[in-house]
Amino acid sequence: MSMFGQVFVKNNQYKIKGDFHHLTPNQPIRNADDSWQLMGVTNPRDMTYIHSYGGEAVFFKSLCQGKLMATRCDNPDCESRGTIYQPFRIHCMECLGKNTVIDMTDLAKNTATIHTFMVCNRSGAFTILDKPIKFINIEFDGVATILMSYLSIGEPDIGMKVVPIFKKSSPTYTILDLSWVPAGTPESELPEGFGF
Amino acid sequence: MIKFSEEQLKIPKMMKPVYLVTAGQSKFDRAFPGKRTEELCIDALTQAAELIDMTPAELKSYIHTAYYGHFADHFGDQLLGEAVIHDRLGLDPLGTIGVKTGGATGGSTIWEAVKAVASGYSDCALAMGWERMDEVPTDEGNFLISCAADKDWETPLGHIYTGYYAVMAQKYWKVFGKEEDSFRKTLAEIAVKHRGYARMNPYAHGSMNITVDDVLESPVVAFPLRALDCCLMSVGAACCIICDEATAMKLTRNTKNKPLRVWVAAGSHTLRPADRRDMEIPLLPNETADLYKDLGERFPGGDRYPGFTGFLAARMACWYGYRMAGITDPMEDLDVIELHDAFTISDVQTYEDIGLRPYGEGRDFVESGDCYHTNPHTGQSGRLPSNLSGGLIGCMHAVGATGIMQVFEIATHLWNRWAEIHGDEKRWKSFDREKPADWTDLQVKGAKRALAISHAGVGSHVTSTILMDPDHLLKQDV
Ligand SMILES: [Zn+2]
Repeated sequence: MSMFGQVFVKNNQYKIKGDFHHLTPNQPIRNADDSWQLMGVTNPRDMTYIHSYGGEAVFFKSLCQGKLMATRCDNPDCESRGTIYQPFRIHCMECLGKNTVIDMTDLAKNTATIHTFMVCNRSGAFTILDKPIKFINIEFDGVATILMSYLSIGEPDIGMKVVPIFKKSSPTYTILDLSWVPAGTPESELPEGFGF
Repeated sequence: MIKFSEEQLKIPKMMKPVYLVTAGQSKFDRAFPGKRTEELCIDALTQAAELIDMTPAELKSYIHTAYYGHFADHFGDQLLGEAVIHDRLGLDPLGTIGVKTGGATGGSTIWEAVKAVASGYSDCALAMGWERMDEVPTDEGNFLISCAADKDWETPLGHIYTGYYAVMAQKYWKVFGKEEDSFRKTLAEIAVKHRGYARMNPYAHGSMNITVDDVLESPVVAFPLRALDCCLMSVGAACCIICDEATAMKLTRNTKNKPLRVWVAAGSHTLRPADRRDMEIPLLPNETADLYKDLGERFPGGDRYPGFTGFLAARMACWYGYRMAGITDPMEDLDVIELHDAFTISDVQTYEDIGLRPYGEGRDFVESGDCYHTNPHTGQSGRLPSNLSGGLIGCMHAVGATGIMQVFEIATHLWNRWAEIHGDEKRWKSFDREKPADWTDLQVKGAKRALAISHAGVGSHVTSTILMDPDHLLKQDV
């Protein structure tokens, strides 16, 4: 059995081990309506990308620790000073200065409400979320922007109060480690691996 | 709050008048197992030559630079696909560039060609767009489309672009549609209209003779949107030829094409809807601030602009475009339009963004009958017919070609050649499609000015392309 491709950084270089691609033979495409004449070929391919979170790494690392990090521009000369961004923006979109990383977990727990939502019965290839996917967009008091995420329990509605949950065991280190449930949901009902 | 500087709000200026001379397109379909992309592009360029009574070789001899719109490299599994097409069209060693702005790629490609001519760099430029969306299974196609969302913050959420988009439709449905059955029915009427007009269009692959009930009974994709509310996924190519005045006159002498003045303007907005910040509504020339002072009272939840209900990029594309071309009221000044109807509800949102109706009142453009070729309430000509091609819902959405198909369509009205091109029995036969027994001439009689809106995804890029008969300009300067 092959080993999933793995990567670590050493001396500021990527070091890789395991299998980053798998060989699958190509196949002819033939025309069933015309004596099985050749029309084309399949081109199978399975690749593993190596991706840096850069200045957002702190956001993704914090999720499995039960923390929701945001950023704020503290540049005294910036017209947007004090603006809080969630999604996390590394740099202020106005002055392009480096934003301050702040912990907004409590703010989210106390003020998160659904701005809009969508229950989606379809998904694309390579998706690990179960269908239907309940997309929600979340407003927070004092935050300039509206975060997209997904609701794990219950049916979404505009104005509904929600609280964040975090994948603390077996995290994926992706945005999927953050989800939401209706305010008042007991911890015992959370999906496997998630906690407040 | 986002603010713009005076410099950023400069009305775009072109150094000389620019003309659309001819255009062409391939057949559109869900799949072309028997044709390579270059064959479709050659079909499009050949038609553009035919419309001005030239051979492709003659037309090519005028082209000085080429602009290619092709959005999704990963669908075609070919980087620099533009260079492949450029070579197959035999246009080497001319200067060329690829353009990628999602669903707005077609419009952006024309934008580039127009600027090249306006600046004097080229006297004749080719804008060609295409898309190849049939070479992966549908769920992998959905995955590839979802890569147009933010890869860390959105794409992992289901790998389904509809989900990122439809949250905005939901907000509009609840705030401005007030979840009314009557609004749901109006949306269904758009689907009926576009699939019905597509029946008269031999290029179209989504034509259907359906009723409002058929739409309302079609499967839910993402409530309130149903299968028949959604656009097609297509393969095909479209092109147009952009020239300066002298070349335009030369190319069209003794032909049925009159050179049409063309302007293109563009707007943009955050790739992630999540990043949208509040701002004041930028007003179009036919609007006043008073119009919106009680918007939040009339539509509770609708006071946040653009929020998740307006497309700021479309608003800005028209904010610049109308002022460039001298349009003071699009309902009065325009005769025919093609809009980016990715979904029935986004068609309504666009009516508001481009000023056909004030924000909150888009549905009236349909309910009044203004959007039809023939107003169903009065039996008279519709005030501003939209998407007579069938649009993205009825004709096609071959992403890089879509915005150019729209311009091909509105140009055929201004040339008064719509019936000749769409009614040609030979064309129906060559596309292996049956011309309906009740085929109807949808030519907008006397059309002099037209608009096409090319729009990307959740509204990251939008262009407005304005065409005018040069004898019916709204202002004389360029
Ligand atoms: Zn700043």
